[in-house]
Amino acid sequence: MEFLVASAIGVLTSAGIYLMLRLRTFPVIMGISLLTYAVNVFLFSSGRLVVGAPPILVKGVETYTDPLPQALVLTAIVISFGMTAVVVMIALGAYLGGDDDHVDDPVTEDAP
Amino acid sequence: MSLFLIVALPFLGALLPGLMNQAGRQACAGITFTVSLIAFIGLMTNLPTIMAGGVVQVGVDWLPAMGMNFTLMLDALGFFFATLILGIGLLIIAYARSYLSRDDNMGEFFTYLLLFQGAMVGIVLSDNILLLLVFWELTSLSSFLLIGYWKHLPEGRQGARMALAVTGMGGLAMIAGMLILGQIVGSYDLSVILKNRDLIQASPYYVPALVLILLGCFTKSAQFPFHFWLPHAMAAPTPVSAYLHSATMVKAGIFLMARMWPVLSGTPEWFVLVTSAGLITMVLGAVIALFKHDLKALLAFSTVSHLGLITMLLGTGTAFGALAAVFHILNHATFKAALFMSAGIIDHEAHTRDIRRLGGLRHLMPVTFAIATLAALSMAGIPFLNGFLSKEMMLEEATQTTLFDTWWLVPALATFGSLFSAAYSFRLIGHVFLGPKRDDYPAHPHDPPSGMWLPPAFLVVLVVVIGVAPFLAEPAVKLVTAAVLGGEAEMPYAPIKIWHGLVPALYMSMVAVIGGLVLLALFKPLLRVWDAAPRPEAKVIFDYITDGSVRLAKLLTHPLHNGAFTRYATIATVVIIAVGYHAWATGTMRAQTRVLQEAQPIAIAGWLMLVAATLGLVFMHRNRLLSLILIGIVGLMVSVGFVFFSAPDLAMTQITVEVVTIILLLLALNFLPNRTPIESTILRRMRDGTVAVAGGLATMAMAYHFLLRDAVATPISEYHLANSYKGGGGTNVVNVILVDFRGFDTFGEIIVLGIAALVIYALTESLLGGPVRARLLNRKPDQPRAGDRHPMMMVVLTRVIMPVVLMVGFFIFLRGHNEPGGGFIAGLIVSIAVVMQYMASGFNWATARLRYPYHGIIGSGVLIAGLTGIGSWFVSKPFLTSDFAYVRIPPFQEFELATAALFDLGVFLAVVGAVMLSLESFSRLARRAHVPDTEHAMDVDPSREPTPAEDV
Repeated sequence: MEFLVASAIGVLTSAGIYLMLRLRTFPVIMGISLLTYAVNVFLFSSGRLVVGAPPILVKGVETYTDPLPQALVLTAIVISFGMTAVVVMIALGAYLGGDDDHVDDPVTEDAP
Repeated sequence: MSLFLIVALPFLGALLPGLMNQAGRQACAGITFTVSLIAFIGLMTNLPTIMAGGVVQVGVDWLPAMGMNFTLMLDALGFFFATLILGIGLLIIAYARSYLSRDDNMGEFFTYLLLFQGAMVGIVLSDNILLLLVFWELTSLSSFLLIGYWKHLPEGRQGARMALAVTGMGGLAMIAGMLILGQIVGSYDLSVILKNRDLIQASPYYVPALVLILLGCFTKSAQFPFHFWLPHAMAAPTPVSAYLHSATMVKAGIFLMARMWPVLSGTPEWFVLVTSAGLITMVLGAVIALFKHDLKALLAFSTVSHLGLITMLLGTGTAFGALAAVFHILNHATFKAALFMSAGIIDHEAHTRDIRRLGGLRHLMPVTFAIATLAALSMAGIPFLNGFLSKEMMLEEATQTTLFDTWWLVPALATFGSLFSAAYSFRLIGHVFLGPKRDDYPAHPHDPPSGMWLPPAFLVVLVVVIGVAPFLAEPAVKLVTAAVLGGEAEMPYAPIKIWHGLVPALYMSMVAVIGGLVLLALFKPLLRVWDAAPRPEAKVIFDYITDGSVRLAKLLTHPLHNGAFTRYATIATVVIIAVGYHAWATGTMRAQTRVLQEAQPIAIAGWLMLVAATLGLVFMHRNRLLSLILIGIVGLMVSVGFVFFSAPDLAMTQITVEVVTIILLLLALNFLPNRTPIESTILRRMRDGTVAVAGGLATMAMAYHFLLRDAVATPISEYHLANSYKGGGGTNVVNVILVDFRGFDTFGEIIVLGIAALVIYALTESLLGGPVRARLLNRKPDQPRAGDRHPMMMVVLTRVIMPVVLMVGFFIFLRGHNEPGGGFIAGLIVSIAVVMQYMASGFNWATARLRYPYHGIIGSGVLIAGLTGIGSWFVSKPFLTSDFAYVRIPPFQEFELATAALFDLGVFLAVVGAVMLSLESFSRLARRAHVPDTEHAMDVDPSREPTPAEDV
């Protein structure tokens, strides 16, 4: 099971990095989203993998999973929505303003 | 009045003029004047203590562990400077009211001025040197704003930048010097430092500390070789020049040298460094000033020269030198501020400051003539004016000073400088006011309204009174000097009087005045020589150095940061992998402590789907719509994974966020191209692929090793699990952590979320306000649109479902404390319900039914959460302490009331507002010109007459 989660994180990271290195805004946003998943799952897994023991207190139950990473990841998920929205907006503004959705903007020597 | 209040008043008052801009110019100036006046009166209430030789001290701990405390001290020296700052500040404010034109933003000006005033007062009242440094940097920043106040003038911007660069660098050096000083003494309090002269001067770090502190003082007070910024700062409006260069900014360096005098002076290093810098500056400034044609430039270089004079006096390290320095600070502030204001009057009325275009103004501007002449004569050192007295004392001190074993060096240079000083003062009078009346002035000069000439006139009265009756100023000057000496030297018995007998200083003075007149007579031939002589231009050198630094910086950064995002993303990834590998290769690995869990078939199935969707996304990412669908699958599988590994809250959050994210990306895709073209070469894709696979393997290896070992220390979640119910009153530990244990985090996070939404809104506004608007309105869709924009089935369904979804949201919210749910998830669910209405019934329909703006909802959410936190203050608990109770209202069952629920309500509102504001902003972009807005939600409405098709 641990291998499945670890490899899933690896695959998500790999795909995220690859797409992040593309030249247009949309795939880069996709790549960053994939990286977000990878990071969230990784953070979540820092509480170690526990099946069938949610952090809801029930009388008589002794084993619970680690609730702290869950709380942290929960806000991270919501915040990442906000960040994705801002990045998308910036990308959209750049495209609408310049009719170009390249992410690269090599500096020219004479730029002010 | 408390010292805290005196320092805080200008800062607090700085808010007012900026806000009161609408109320008119009179109100702006009035409130600024009132604020300064209150501070001034407050300062004066401390006068009796100072007169009695006392010191006022107040303080609160700020960062005691770092030795940084908010401690203020008012002794005679601080009082003297604060009086100059606030007193001349009052005159400047009155003057600026008349000086600034209708086009100038007066509120902005006075806000900057008060900020600057507050920072200056802070410097002179600070007891803690770290606090002093804070104020010191604040003066650099606020003077930057003041010098560059006329943003439309390139000279103003360049001058402001140069002043900031030079004084800012000096400030950095001074920070280092002060830290060394604090380390030597073991305290950052001035009152302690000033008592440790021997300790400091015996320390091997004395010289570095001295050099660094002097760098700060010399840059601020425009001493050679850092004098060049001051004339360029003259591009500022004249009230600013008058204020900065007579009484405040440039005197800050002098103040600090005087303040540190008891502990730093008296050594050969101090003597050589300070005296020679002062001498060079005095002579150089005076010579250049004579040949300047711009009235303000002349005054600027004369300021440089007089600052050199004061510095030289402080450098001698004798008590008499300190006495003369203090006296000259006072005199210079009075006559120089008056002269600057007169220059401003001439500029204002004659529309030029070029001396070559002026002359004969005594007939046209008699009042200004009288003021400027008296002030200039004082500057030249003519008897019965205050400038004469301190200049005489300076010359006296010069005859006693031997530099580099040459007895005549200092007296000769001092006389030489005084000679030029007299010459430019006479030139100012002669070439501007005397001579025949001209008929080619750019404007018709006449005396200004009283608001402009009264302030300098007041100063000139002081010039004359001190000049005629020096015994009036003597006690005050001696009191201040005693504070400078700080008990390290005996106060000299040297009565300040006009006639000292036939001493060498008198002859030197006579040489200077007569020589000055001769120089003026020879001005024309001298000017030709001066113009022909090659001399270095400071601005060119400064620009050369800054350009060089910029080039060097580019050389270093461009290979890494050339504007290509892909390049630095690659570099960053590779570096992170390499560092991680290094850590892994050199570190030691603990033994495995956890047993590998067996993979269940359902987990394998989920894994397969996730991997397939991810790989599909990589290989088919050029089809953007398809990649959206695939990333949806990934998100879904991640949510399923959360459920599987005992995280129901996370799963619910992930799946709802997934929905809104996909809607958001769909909205964006509406505008972006549908396909990503192939641009990169095979080689490049191979390279990216290699980096990506390496990154993936590294993360995987790390996660895998991590998952097979227990945490090194006991996780703090033990505490959360144990106290969630007892302390937080909830059984859902995740929710209790969010709203209780780590409520402060959550509070910050909803603020961030709100800010993100507002950023999106602002970007949309600016897009719609700019040239993009026309393009958006005339956009032709690249794909055929659906025939029915608002399908009836969907409209009916979403409206029916809306109350149900709201109910679910409410339920999820309420149960959040004990079962999976809570504010975040409920907020997302409700947002989805509202978004559905937009999608089904259209933007206009939904907007027309929107009762509260989303900004307001975000704001109320943050406010409710914040107020809940503040509520705990009323029961003397720290911010965000929660409380709960069980209540029973018949006929209901017993239920729980918790303050955390109120906090969660804030979270809920902020999430709804933020999500909705983002999505709404995006959809506002989508409205097009050729599609008329419709009031009707449904295209087909049996109750309505058939209308022509609205869509193309």
